[in-house]
Amino acid sequence: MNNIYVKNIVRFVLLILFQVLVLDTVQFGGYVIPYVYLLFILLLPFDTNKSLLLLLAFFTGLSIDFFENTMGLHAAAVVFIAFARPGVIKFYFPTLEYTKGEEPGLSKLGVTGFLKYAFTLILLHQILLTFLEVFNFHDFIETLSHIFINALASTLGVLVVAMLFTSQKRRKRRKR
Amino acid sequence: MRNLLAFFLKHQFFSLFILLEITSVMMLMNSFSYQRMLGFNAASDISGEIYNVYNGMTDYFNLKKQNRQLLNENARLRNTLLTNYLPADSNYPEKKDSAFRYIPAIVIRNTVNHVSNFIVLNKGKRQGIQKEMGVLSDKGIAGIIIGVSENYSVAMSLLNIHTHISARIKKDDQLVNVIWSEKHRRRGQVVDIPAHIQLSEGDTIITSGNSFIFPAGMNIGVVHDFEKSKNHSLNKAGLQFCTDFNSLHYVYIIKSLDKKEKMKLLEETGDE
Repeated sequence: MNNIYVKNIVRFVLLILFQVLVLDTVQFGGYVIPYVYLLFILLLPFDTNKSLLLLLAFFTGLSIDFFENTMGLHAAAVVFIAFARPGVIKFYFPTLEYTKGEEPGLSKLGVTGFLKYAFTLILLHQILLTFLEVFNFHDFIETLSHIFINALASTLGVLVVAMLFTSQKRRKRRKR
Repeated sequence: MRNLLAFFLKHQFFSLFILLEITSVMMLMNSFSYQRMLGFNAASDISGEIYNVYNGMTDYFNLKKQNRQLLNENARLRNTLLTNYLPADSNYPEKKDSAFRYIPAIVIRNTVNHVSNFIVLNKGKRQGIQKEMGVLSDKGIAGIIIGVSENYSVAMSLLNIHTHISARIKKDDQLVNVIWSEKHRRRGQVVDIPAHIQLSEGDTIITSGNSFIFPAGMNIGVVHDFEKSKNHSLNKAGLQFCTDFNSLHYVYIIKSLDKKEKMKLLEETGDE
């Protein structure tokens, strides 16, 4: 029980720091910024209280905003995907059963399942972020391609970090 | 009333969602204009401290590049020494020695990929930094301070949607404005070019000195492309900034020593 809290707090701190110190400032070519911190919201346990999910998302978004000087921008986008998360899970995995505290991670959903789930939510986040940030639609095709490319990059980043988290767990299990 | 409360409790998830979204968007309103950003004061000692520690760890990897930049700049400054020390104009004995002071600062965080890019610097209120001071790199202007905390400050990079700088075309002294280019995010745009002006690639754009933030005649960028439009009376041109935002490691913060006096004078004349 305690383990879940500690794990999520550590994960939160690590992901936020990784996001604002490394991913935000490193150049990947073009204007790509992979938003890997979303993994925190993606990996919260299935049975997280829905309202708690929203509050956690709001806090996560505000933390990123605090560092990026974009008060409210990420908060709005992350709250939106937290709102969509239960619906998306139900839509892709209508018959899924889970135990208490289990996470929608790679080992539970499989690589394809996890990618579907992650990409959908990350795309939603990116769409909202871009339109809140830029507010104009004159280069519609370019904006769309930007949204799509950035969402792909974020999904890739999320997958890599998720794999790191899972492989650690497996190693621990083997030791036991 | 009770019914209303019951309704909200029943649809707790949705009401909370709407409430949080409204809060976020209202907060976001604060960054919609340059003036609002100034009022908000983006700098904080907490984030500054974190960036500082991280920068201390990664700074070593850039030392070689930084040394080369400093060396180049020293060389350039040495070349200008003679012109710096021309005999003072004896017609104006009361003129101060210099109107600007340069405060060196280290860049502890810098973004270039965002729509609103910011530069975090390791100097703050205690070192005499205030809002609306200019930031200068080794090659040209880089941004404007928009927030200060005790020991750190945040500058709006030129790569920012709110950038609007009064500028001048070097070759014929025409006043223009420089904004950020939304399409090519690493570049700027020269706007409000009078119709009779013909710019060509490589023309230098410098600061006008009208805003009291930057001294006149500092490099902003060079013209990248210029196309005369047929129906507009004011033309636009693409601008390549002089400052290399990808390798920004140290900067100078420009303190205008007679800004208060000038502002006061302007206000007084404006009132009458």
